[in-house]
Amino acid sequence: MDGASAPGRSAGGLTRREAYEAGIRRRSNRIALISTVSVVIAVIFLVPLAPGWDAVKNAFFNGRVFAATFPGLLDAFLLNVMIFAWSAPLIAVTGLAIALCRDARAPALFPLRLFGIAYTDVFRGLPVVLVIYIIGFGVPGLGLPRPWNSPYIWGTLALVLVYSAYVAEVIRSGIDSIHQSQRSAAASLGLSDRDTMRFVVLPQAIRNVVPANMNLFIALQKDVALLSFIGPVEIFRQAGVYKSLYANFTPYVVAAIIFLALTIPATRYADYLMNKQNRERS
Amino acid sequence: MTAKLSLRGVRKRFGAHEVCKGIDLDVFEGEMVCLIGASGSGKSTLLRCINLLEPIDEGAIWLDGADISEPGLDPQPVRQKIGIVFQSYNLFPHMTAAENVMLAPRRVRGRSREDMRPLVAELFQRFGLGDRMEHYPDQLSGGQQQRVAIIRALAMEPEIMLFDEITSALDPELVGEVLDVLRDLRLQGMTMVLATHEMGFARELADKVCFLDEGRILEEGPPEALFAAPREARTRAFLSRVL
Repeated sequence: MDGASAPGRSAGGLTRREAYEAGIRRRSNRIALISTVSVVIAVIFLVPLAPGWDAVKNAFFNGRVFAATFPGLLDAFLLNVMIFAWSAPLIAVTGLAIALCRDARAPALFPLRLFGIAYTDVFRGLPVVLVIYIIGFGVPGLGLPRPWNSPYIWGTLALVLVYSAYVAEVIRSGIDSIHQSQRSAAASLGLSDRDTMRFVVLPQAIRNVVPANMNLFIALQKDVALLSFIGPVEIFRQAGVYKSLYANFTPYVVAAIIFLALTIPATRYADYLMNKQNRERS
Repeated sequence: MTAKLSLRGVRKRFGAHEVCKGIDLDVFEGEMVCLIGASGSGKSTLLRCINLLEPIDEGAIWLDGADISEPGLDPQPVRQKIGIVFQSYNLFPHMTAAENVMLAPRRVRGRSREDMRPLVAELFQRFGLGDRMEHYPDQLSGGQQQRVAIIRALAMEPEIMLFDEITSALDPELVGEVLDVLRDLRLQGMTMVLATHEMGFARELADKVCFLDEGRILEEGPPEALFAAPREARTRAFLSRVL
């Protein structure tokens, strides 16, 4: 051993702990790389060996159909975005109102509280598509005059009813998460319960639940496609039309890619917000 | 002379646990009263009862001769006259220091921001926070946050201030700046009740010191007497631990 070097130092100026950890890291990276490459190679080589691969490839990944239907589907997707764009604010407002109903403490407001509980129980307990069917087919069945027989109106209502129940629960959990000492501080200054909620509790609660609500709105963006069952020709329905026209399933794959192009970045962003919030809390 | 604030036989229970077991206390206009005693002796609970944050089970509390402990009484007008500052500051984290201070006067008194500005700026200046008005609580040190909390309570122009161990959560080097604020208020003639572990401070400035033990005021008197010659064995034991 070289008498001049400090104990525990290895060559290259690393401490022996740093050298050990670098070795572990290199080893993990090597294993991850080998494992990923083998899986990808297996998929690329093995899947085409399946007897039906050529038929599947032609039916689902047909380049010609892809190119022909992509512009039309993108166009139809705009309708999804529009339905989403007018549903989302309605859901946010309704969800907040329902959350406040459930939090009403005054005895005179007990019916409101009861309504809030019943509302969230019912609409969280039903499949979205069922609510869309019942409202989307049921209400226009009353024979209302235009524009009150529009599936856009009643489809939107169905989405608002279901999603505001979830949003209400998320907001309520946010309200519960605000520490009692904040309410005490507000009360000690002479603020009314109403002002305490409006200026002290809600602004903090809503900020805390932004990431959770973002996940709900990503789910909403996907569920807009369910409205296709009651009429509107949005991307899912349009893909169905193209499927029949070309006798090919590629339009569905195109629709899936268009959805993912929007939902994956949105999901990543929501995760980023959530992690950021967790870091701030700890 | 009648007392500004009087407590008679105040009892407070949390479930089966009785925290205040019959407390009598008089606080006169311009007086500073310090409550001392071990953790759990009922100091904080007593302050929360005076501010009506906790309803009392028995006894009565008078403010200017009016019974404020009447069940069903609207607590808000009373709380406007009695300010309280908490150990953990409890600032509103989503508002700047100035907004924290102006919220209650705006909503409760109907004052406008423009109207409030000069008074608020003067208070921040006076307590050495002139350049911190637009900071958020998490951008301030503990001592600065606690001073903002004091300003927030003062902005409602209360007649009595309650302080609940307001230096206990602070790093030792920050305690002094908060005690200076109390010294300042004392000189202004503010009526104050403090729950505190700062014995030196109590000794220096209090008009009266009350030693609480297991929910009772075991001994009270002017600080010279109480600190120098405590009558009760338990007071002596407590003081020998903390001094």
